Amino acid sequence: MKTRTLDPALIEPERYELQAEIEADLDVDRRGFFGAMGGGLVVLSLLSEAGAQEPARAKGGRRGGGGAAPREIGAWIHIGEDGNVTAFTGKMEEGQNIRTSLSQGVAEELRVPVARVKLVMADTALSPFDMGTFGSRTTPAMLPQMRSAAAAARLALIDLAAEKWKVERASLVATDGHIKRNDTGETIGYGELTHGQKLLKTIGPEASTTPADKWEVLGHPTPKVNGRAYVTGGHQYASDIKREGMRYGKVIHPPGPGAKLLSADEAAANAIPGVTIVRDGDFLALVAPGSHLVRQAVEALKPKWSPSNGSSDQTLFNDLHPEESKAVGETQSTKEGWKSLVARYTVAYIAHAPMEPRAAVAEWQDGKLTVWTGTSRPFGVKGELTQALGIPDANVRVIVPDTGGGYGGKHTGEAAVEAAKLARAVKAPVKVIWTREDEFAHAYLRPAGVIEASAAVHPNGTISRWSFDNYNSGGSGIDSPYRVESPRQAFHQTKSPLRQGSYRALASTANHFARESFMDELAHVAGLDPLEFRLKNIREPRLRAVLTAAADKFGWGKRPSRDGITGSGLACGTEKGGFVGTAAEVEIDAKTGRVHVRRLVVAFECGAITNPDGVKNQAEGGVIMGLGGALFEAIKFKDGAVANARFSKYRVPRFSDVPPIEIVLLDRKDLPSAGAGEAPIIGVAPAIGNAIFNATGRRLRAIPMVPEGLKV
Amino acid sequence: MANVKQLRVNGQVRTVDIDESKPLLEALRENLDLTGTKYGCGEGQCGACTVHVDGVAKRSCLITVGEVADSAITTIEGLATHDHLHPLQQAFLDVEAMQCAYCTSGMIMSGASLLKRLPNPSDAEIDKAMEGNICRCGTHNRIRAAIRLAATSMKEVAR
Repeated sequence: MKTRTLDPALIEPERYELQAEIEADLDVDRRGFFGAMGGGLVVLSLLSEAGAQEPARAKGGRRGGGGAAPREIGAWIHIGEDGNVTAFTGKMEEGQNIRTSLSQGVAEELRVPVARVKLVMADTALSPFDMGTFGSRTTPAMLPQMRSAAAAARLALIDLAAEKWKVERASLVATDGHIKRNDTGETIGYGELTHGQKLLKTIGPEASTTPADKWEVLGHPTPKVNGRAYVTGGHQYASDIKREGMRYGKVIHPPGPGAKLLSADEAAANAIPGVTIVRDGDFLALVAPGSHLVRQAVEALKPKWSPSNGSSDQTLFNDLHPEESKAVGETQSTKEGWKSLVARYTVAYIAHAPMEPRAAVAEWQDGKLTVWTGTSRPFGVKGELTQALGIPDANVRVIVPDTGGGYGGKHTGEAAVEAAKLARAVKAPVKVIWTREDEFAHAYLRPAGVIEASAAVHPNGTISRWSFDNYNSGGSGIDSPYRVESPRQAFHQTKSPLRQGSYRALASTANHFARESFMDELAHVAGLDPLEFRLKNIREPRLRAVLTAAADKFGWGKRPSRDGITGSGLACGTEKGGFVGTAAEVEIDAKTGRVHVRRLVVAFECGAITNPDGVKNQAEGGVIMGLGGALFEAIKFKDGAVANARFSKYRVPRFSDVPPIEIVLLDRKDLPSAGAGEAPIIGVAPAIGNAIFNATGRRLRAIPMVPEGLKV
Repeated sequence: MANVKQLRVNGQVRTVDIDESKPLLEALRENLDLTGTKYGCGEGQCGACTVHVDGVAKRSCLITVGEVADSAITTIEGLATHDHLHPLQQAFLDVEAMQCAYCTSGMIMSGASLLKRLPNPSDAEIDKAMEGNICRCGTHNRIRAAIRLAATSMKEVAR
């Protein structure tokens, strides 16, 4: 049995997050940084891996922009002859609000208003190579790169002004898009300074940036860039792109694994005006001038499939890891007062269900392919297209418009490949929007899992013999933050019956659900307060700080005692450099069995805060997404096929499910900024589960915990 | 099958030639290029496609063009008057009631319809009116706040 390794075939997107190789394909010689943008100043920010060697190599290209340039570029910034600032990154926007936070970073270092910064994101023809937007890497890795480039650009502009005015650099200051002389107050705009120039500057990752305690743009609430386009319906997502002569396509997906196409009434579908059938073996697709006709053609086609083969949700957890005969949940006492406990937790498959399903528009021109699609891996999808279409890398361009949600669920390019194949077949641009059913049934899911935990606890709160095994759901967040003698934890691969992959915070939600529930069980067995028990065993001061902050805000000391109806629970943890403490209050409706989460308090610390309201928004969002997985979200399946592929059959959090959420942000200006999109989700399920136990004495060890309510 | 020859959308009469059985959602997006109205589920469960038909919030994925041939249709693109945002659009910006914002059009159309019907909705009335709109990014509390803010600002304007 392997431990803590990931088989790419089983957990595909984690491969990208943990094992991807770094490559770069931005070719300056070929394209030229000034070609598309015109003259001005360009600053290239090198990736840290390349930073040590590259500046020397790049020197030849400093003036004129035609020399050999480094390939390992993380980001680049252009300051035009008109003073406009354009920053380029391979990262994409899907609601995590990085278009705004990265723009803030550039604005901060360049001393320009945020509105002056234009960010070009996730366009494989314009952006530097990027592995993808995942793992909360934008804030700790891309933001510093862009800030470095912007800071270097500011210094270069000061140099230009110093040369022009023949004054010392120290007598100049950059402010509001201008360089200003301290002695005379005279100013000159960035555009004027770069006018008629083609300056190329290369910097390593060590370029110095403005410290957090001096921030004037970062660290302050900044409204969403392009917000107005969203509230007026003007923003174009991939699914909104329209091209001249565009048609609409749909690939008929097999209902489940192993299903073979037995028959399809192609004549009936063909009889509908404008419909084209694209068929290659089991690949069956329809293209028509409108979605309405596509749907009519699908109905006329009446495809018949052989039965799919695979297992069902009824046997899922036993399939992943059979329950062994050892006494689960039973406590054994030793004469020294130690009590031991064994517990088994389960985690269902859940779907990301982003509001914008997978969508792509593909257009061929002279053998070259352009695809607009919503994906977190534009360069990865470019590779998928190159392979699937059998065309050279240089002939593919992927453009990712700001996307309608992802949460780790859009690492792949299914719709892009389908649209490209159909566009080539019908010799016209084709749009493919996956139906909601497709998105539920054929996208990948958050892995299901079984977690077995065992430990012994002493009445004084000491933990020993910690053992923690995760089967299938993943290794993220598996290491315990608690002081334990001889801990043992392992992630075990198993064969997943359904297609699975990345999800917000990966397996950290599963591992925290199990560990934080188990800690609550241990506290109960030892007769200790759950807060006191955790604080006694937490080693990391940052974790202690968020747990304490959450408990204080919640009023943990004044919580009501168990009455069968209301209860309070706590959880804490760390993920992707963020620390979170969560407190929940639940109320159980004895008649209906419905569990109402009445209140959630979340204390969150992710280093120096880049955009306070943005971080708060992300934390709230993570918590609400966590609510669904904690209480009722679960994929049902039979014969290997998803059986509840609709919002009417798959319950996601709605307004009446969402309680008041109080977010307490701890701003650590002395620490590097970490991402905020992932960590806040991890404490939700265990805090609620612990609150339900506190109210009723019922320990729920499966998420979702109450898909049918709680029978009390 | 008859075709609909004109539609009244966002205060304009648009000349069209659309199969009457086509869902309004697709007519808006594909024939009229009004892509602010979104597809989310096709079964009236998510609210992303919400528009106003004669001033009332409806799911455009469940309505056919034939059913609204004589109605006044308003989409998110037509909610602002001239350059003046509807108070709820402004409130969405003010409290940042969005993340990916794919659900935003539908949320605003549902919320605006609620405010027209109940200018001062209670929290329970907000939840009831918005229950059919899904946001996966989890901005529910901000959307509630935006509706309350818009209710207040509309009251001030009316005064």
